[in-house]
Amino acid sequence: MSRETGHSDHIPGTCVFTGQRSQKGLKLNSFAFSLHKAENREAYRKDPETYMNSYGLSAWEKQKVKEKDWKALIEEGGGNIYMLLKVGAMTGDGLVPIGAQQRGESVEEFMKTRNVPLRQNM
Amino acid sequence: MGRLVAGIGSSHVPSIGRAFDQNQQEVPEWKPLFDGYKPAKAWLKDVGITHTVVLYNDHGTDFFFDKYPTFALGVADEYPIGDEGWGVRPLPPVKGDAAFSWHLANSLVVESEFDLTICQDMVMDHGILVPLPLLFDHKPDWSVRTVPLQVNVLQHPLPTPHRLWKLGQALRTAVESYPDDVRVVVVGTGGLSHQLHGDRFGHMNSDWDNEFLDRIEDDPESLVDISHDEYMERGGAEAVEMMVWLGMRGALTPKVNKIHRNYYLPMLSGMGLTVLEDKPANDAN
Ligand SMILES: [Fe+2]
Repeated sequence: MSRETGHSDHIPGTCVFTGQRSQKGLKLNSFAFSLHKAENREAYRKDPETYMNSYGLSAWEKQKVKEKDWKALIEEGGGNIYMLLKVGAMTGDGLVPIGAQQRGESVEEFMKTRNVPLRQNM
Repeated sequence: MGRLVAGIGSSHVPSIGRAFDQNQQEVPEWKPLFDGYKPAKAWLKDVGITHTVVLYNDHGTDFFFDKYPTFALGVADEYPIGDEGWGVRPLPPVKGDAAFSWHLANSLVVESEFDLTICQDMVMDHGILVPLPLLFDHKPDWSVRTVPLQVNVLQHPLPTPHRLWKLGQALRTAVESYPDDVRVVVVGTGGLSHQLHGDRFGHMNSDWDNEFLDRIEDDPESLVDISHDEYMERGGAEAVEMMVWLGMRGALTPKVNKIHRNYYLPMLSGMGLTVLEDKPANDAN
């Protein structure tokens, strides 16, 4: 058990969303969660910097959100995938682009590994 | 008297909801999934279900980590459809039954000593909204009344599979002590195998999914002792939510009639469905 992450982290390629990670990512996830409201999406779209500041995001977090570095946000920032999906929705990045990036693949490469392509997942 | 008629386990993959709204039912990629629900829906109509208790999990639609209940029971007469970031799906508000819900709350909290969070205001998430219209009519309005029971499967520490099993048993007691003639199906939603983050994104395991579907029918208690880690190792991290099905199965008789099953593994998640009829010992069949 790692004291820092709250889990043994023995499952390869997996960051179990523990209390420790949730604590670390509280502001980031709070920002992401807020985008379930249309008026918040509007405010974020108009002025991302001010909107992220209002949730107290650090310079690193803002940078990683702008870069769409989902991998870093999850592995280092305590981001929760279900919350981050709402950030992805703002730019049309669904589950597949977010996931492919974390695997270090392009969307095309990732899709070759699937049984049946469903565009509703994109 | 309240009667527990059946249990259903179902996936709640969001893309199913999108495909449903876009009328993709007959498209080859989606047909195996949607066709799988047809016999389930027809059977539920036949057996005259009036109420459903749905054990599910929220995905950042209504609940956030600032205060995160382990179990949250809805006690409203109506539940609005949530906006998960892509807008609100074209579904009527989910119809509840406050009187029945409060009865369940009293029984679960006092009689069975489950310390639930009681919610008079609850916004519906795809954890409920994906399976519900596949199982029941919703035009012009829902053909059943729903009691939502939200389970934390996102932020560890999570309730144990054993606790979900006990919750199911307590639910049965609660349903059967209701004075009105309600006919109830308990639904557990989530899974099957999937992982949505990390290098292991896209992990699926059809062997485990099918083993789970077998065991939930015939040997459900063997699933109760499996650790969260093992659920995550076998099914993927986010597939730990498969344990929510145990809350459904724990509510049923040890032996059940197997009515229907469906399994489809297209792209990111195992999509499973099981329909089990309760089989009390005094039943002729
Ligand atoms: Fe889920």
